[in-house]
Amino acid sequence: MKRKYWAAPYLVWVVGFVVLPLITIGVSAMTDDQGHFTWENLLSIGDPINRQALLFSLAIALGCTVICILLAYPAAMILRSLRLNKRGFAILIMILPMWMNFILRILAWQMILSPNGVLNFLIGKLGAGPLQISNSWIALMIGSVYDFLPFMILPVFNAISDIDEDTIEAARDLGANDRAVFWKVILPLSAPGMISGIIMVFVPAMTSFVIADILGGGKIQLIGNIIEQEFTKSMNWHAGSGLSISLMIFVLISLAFTMKNDLKDKGTTIW
Amino acid sequence: MKKRILLTGLAAVLAAGILWGCGSDKNKETLTVFNYGEYMDPEVLELFEEETGIEVKYEEALTPEEMYSKYSSGAIEYDLLCTSDYMLERLIREGELQPFDMNSLEYGENIGETYWKTAERFDPGNRYVLPYFWGTVGILYDKTKVKKPVDSWEVLFNGEYAGSLIMQNSIRDSYMVALKYLGYSLNTKDEAQIREAQALLLKQKPDVQAYLVDEARDEVVAGNAAMAVVYSGEAYLGKEYNENLEYVVPKEGSNIWLDCWGVTKYCDNTDAAGKFLDFLCREDIAMKNFEYIYYSTPNEAVIENLDESLRTDKTIVPDPEEIENCELYLQLDPDTNKLYNDLWKELKAD
Repeated sequence: MKRKYWAAPYLVWVVGFVVLPLITIGVSAMTDDQGHFTWENLLSIGDPINRQALLFSLAIALGCTVICILLAYPAAMILRSLRLNKRGFAILIMILPMWMNFILRILAWQMILSPNGVLNFLIGKLGAGPLQISNSWIALMIGSVYDFLPFMILPVFNAISDIDEDTIEAARDLGANDRAVFWKVILPLSAPGMISGIIMVFVPAMTSFVIADILGGGKIQLIGNIIEQEFTKSMNWHAGSGLSISLMIFVLISLAFTMKNDLKDKGTTIW
Repeated sequence: MKKRILLTGLAAVLAAGILWGCGSDKNKETLTVFNYGEYMDPEVLELFEEETGIEVKYEEALTPEEMYSKYSSGAIEYDLLCTSDYMLERLIREGELQPFDMNSLEYGENIGETYWKTAERFDPGNRYVLPYFWGTVGILYDKTKVKKPVDSWEVLFNGEYAGSLIMQNSIRDSYMVALKYLGYSLNTKDEAQIREAQALLLKQKPDVQAYLVDEARDEVVAGNAAMAVVYSGEAYLGKEYNENLEYVVPKEGSNIWLDCWGVTKYCDNTDAAGKFLDFLCREDIAMKNFEYIYYSTPNEAVIENLDESLRTDKTIVPDPEEIENCELYLQLDPDTNKLYNDLWKELKAD
């Protein structure tokens, strides 16, 4: 009985900051200026410009997720092989940047990549011409990967370090080489961690707009930028809400697709 | 089951209370003031509270649109707000501001006649707003990269500085540049003219290094770009950081903007609001704010007391002829707004 009261603050939180906002956005997505019911806002995701932005966001988010997985596995394997005290330090180093505001870190990348920036200075010292990376999708990709990588490394590392050493030794006893151990043992057993990582990288990469604004030089339009424009510049909250809801549905479908085979496993092990 | 419903209901009420219920303490005189970020010396607020005993609750926003969104959500009942000309026009039209007798201000006459006149473009009879700061939009350029002095918007469109120019990441400031270059009014409602501007901006896009807002100035200062479309206040600071920079308002004309204070319809304590407005006009306070912001001030008492170097700086105190072709933004009709929004998305998607 008493336990229910302990849950009250969380209930307030969930109702106030998840349910009510969702209802508000849902209502404004389904109505027009005059408050009449309409499907138009939800369907506007199909407009050529919105669709193009959605597909581009999807491409960026997928690319970012794949790169994060490719970087996270070696990192997690290295972390696993470290002794316990070194491991803690290595993880700390990886989390440390997250203690700083992410916009500041993105602004730092802008300075690194800019025409007169650190990167071009170093390349110039090596005698090569200046690179034009800033204000492009490449810069956007670098920033996104940098920003979201810890969210992939941590769950993947957790899953990998949970694998019993005996399991790996057993595989070796049965004649598996390094490659077979990785593909047949480590990868399948760490899949739940990877799935959490995918969720935590794909979703924010799909919906962010600040990185595109800063590192894309305002020349790249993700679906998040369009939603932001609808809310803050056009002040068309109905269209913005409609696009948000469509995007939410789209993300849910993508995630359902990713997790299709995974729910029977341990569920989510985000940290 | 019933208990759960009750609990959920209670939670909803509590949450609603958290979200909307910021009740105010009626015992002490308070003013809720809404302003742009970094747009007032924090010391000024402290001085005001010390001198009058009126407590100021200070809220900030970044853009006029954000301000309007926050204001119209009704979450906080602001007493006073400072925003830009076209947003004030909208607020006046929608009945959100209450008339205020500007002649009742003891220091109101510090504000120059010209600025009251400019404000009349959207506030006939000067019934609602008090000018605060103003400025222009122009080109900030690096003299080491741009050999010929710039005097026209043409330099942004002729491809000469391709890849090295920065435009404003805001809808009207971008279209304004193209419209003025084409010789049209920046308040045009003629779809053909706006589409012509769009064609020009689409053609220009490959040459644009980036569309930025606050960082535009920094990129020119850092030498990453040859020129940028910026506000005059930003330009002044840019010149402070890098002496090779120059600012010009192109001869075709540009946008002149005027930020003003208005008293909202929610304000009950107009006496306190008046004191606050008067305080802002007082020479020492206006000087403090000027030295914090370095935008052009309409306060003539401040201009008179500026150092020679500042008083003759065209960025801070432009010549009248320089701003002859400049126009204020006026509020557009919904159809034109929608056209702008759609074209802007199209420009960004290209």
